[in-house]
Amino acid sequence: MKEAFTMRCFLSLLMPVVGLAACVTALAQTPTYKLGTTPSAEEIRAWDISIGPAGKELPPGSGTAKEGAKIYAQKCAQCHGPTGREGPNSRLVGGQGTLTTPDPVRTIGSYWPFATTIWDYTNRAMPPNEEGSLTANEVYALTAFMLYRNGIIQESAVLDAKTLPKINMPNRNNFIPLWPDGKRKPGPFGFYSWGP
Amino acid sequence: MNTKERGRRRFLKGGAALAGLAVGEIRSASGQAIGSERPEVRPEDFRAYGERSRFVTSVRRDPRNPNSRTPLQDSVGIITPSALHFMVPTWIDPPDIDPWQHRLLIHGMVDRPLIFSMEELKRLPSVSRIHFVECAGSGDSLEERKKNGMLAETVQRTHGLTACSEWTGVLLSMLLRETGVQKEATWLVAEGAEPRKRSKSIPLEKAMDDVLVAYGQNGEPVRPEQGYPLRLVVPGFEGVHNIKWLRRIKVLDQPSMEKEETSHYPTQRPDLGKARWFQFEMGPKSVITFPSGGQRLPSRGFYEITGLAWSGGGAIQRVEVSTDGGRTWKDAELQEPVLRMAHTRFRFPWNWDGDEAVLQSRCTDDVEAIQPTLAEFGRIWGGVDSEYLKTTRNKVNHINAIQPWKVSRDGSVRNALL
Repeated sequence: MKEAFTMRCFLSLLMPVVGLAACVTALAQTPTYKLGTTPSAEEIRAWDISIGPAGKELPPGSGTAKEGAKIYAQKCAQCHGPTGREGPNSRLVGGQGTLTTPDPVRTIGSYWPFATTIWDYTNRAMPPNEEGSLTANEVYALTAFMLYRNGIIQESAVLDAKTLPKINMPNRNNFIPLWPDGKRKPGPFGFYSWGP
Repeated sequence: MNTKERGRRRFLKGGAALAGLAVGEIRSASGQAIGSERPEVRPEDFRAYGERSRFVTSVRRDPRNPNSRTPLQDSVGIITPSALHFMVPTWIDPPDIDPWQHRLLIHGMVDRPLIFSMEELKRLPSVSRIHFVECAGSGDSLEERKKNGMLAETVQRTHGLTACSEWTGVLLSMLLRETGVQKEATWLVAEGAEPRKRSKSIPLEKAMDDVLVAYGQNGEPVRPEQGYPLRLVVPGFEGVHNIKWLRRIKVLDQPSMEKEETSHYPTQRPDLGKARWFQFEMGPKSVITFPSGGQRLPSRGFYEITGLAWSGGGAIQRVEVSTDGGRTWKDAELQEPVLRMAHTRFRFPWNWDGDEAVLQSRCTDDVEAIQPTLAEFGRIWGGVDSEYLKTTRNKVNHINAIQPWKVSRDGSVRNALL
């Protein structure tokens, strides 16, 4: 029974690493202390800005690289450089082919495994001092611009809640599942050292 | 000048006038004073919130470098004073959060989403636990040189991204029982209330084990830099999991794939050309805090070597010290208390004969993981040698290598890894 449960959990996982979050057995279903208030669906929607890799939470709206280029020049180029390669802050563009060299350059194009993460992070944390000020359309447009500059989508591609999660990021398959058998084990020098 | 600074200046100004009254104070304390010796008027804020002696100058910010690190070279015992706890990121002002307005929302794959006020959280059964919080980048003594051209000469620079506090709050597992967690749930994502709303995915297994939702630090409310009024403490995990200014927890059936966990914290393995992500636990680590880099031994003779050991895997079981560059090792004494995922103080008696000496420590935790040398670390981290670690611009997190300090004949101590 327990095995079947474990197996079911394991199969439902996004990837093997998730297996480490060993399935938690059913929890007590009645509250003990009865403190806290119940949020309305509206309140939860207003607070919940997390966009997972399946993109289920993406809001309505859309944008293209062309639209994104204008916003980028206005709000982003100052820190990330005119083409996203120059900095001074995090490089966003380029770096392809460097990951196996002694000086890997991690950019959206060379490294990030999910396009949804670009949307989530731009929406939650950019630009500095005006975090959360971008509209959904602007975030779609900036995401499109970043993907276009990295050679991942066409300039004319329209990004929205449907198309964005379907984008295949080039480095997606270069992350090692840490615990192939779904169990955590310490390596000889600590947990971190376990892996293939 | 900020409010605190103004308050301090006012205090210093008042201090001179009050000095003359000190004798009366002492006699008061011994019960011999008479009422007339008491000062008639005192500044309202006279030592209302204590300050340390003006002879104590240890700070977490090095004037030559904007990054904030715990000054471990001055530490005693295992608790880091809240005011000296390292800050990451350093460049962001902590948000100014009114605890009466602050709320924690728990939602997602739960039976009953709930919003908790601070008042409600404090009504719930509480726990106090001593745990370290350590940044995944801690221990990289080479990082400074690569980034800023600065040599990491002191233990503050090499290991100062760790600190240990007594945290008070409620267990996250209890809050999750109040909301009820759905059967298919395996992860959660936690989020802060600061403008950037930093977020991080955490396995539900860990959340149900020992994660704290903390409002207290070392006997008082958590400091603003450390997450006031509410933060997560995720014992033993990379510091980034310990979300500060905690405002939201969403229960999920997969990681949320936040920016930190997908782009910043994975280890890019040079030998495989692939990245290792979701690494979580910090490895077993120890370091001698006295004598350490930048200090000077005034003369030959007796010194107590002392330092700290900790592990994300559990409790420290053993610390060994070598005073001859690693040729021979002897057990150090572990000072009580020895707690899981907490700094553990060790001590080792030593007579310095005036010759050159290389001092180092290595620890073993209670899952039998042992602290590696830099060469061993490079091999297991990504099949690289020490030279790679010293020159690469690749991000090298989780360094837990043995840290040697070299004592020269003149008594000066320096980082022998550089």
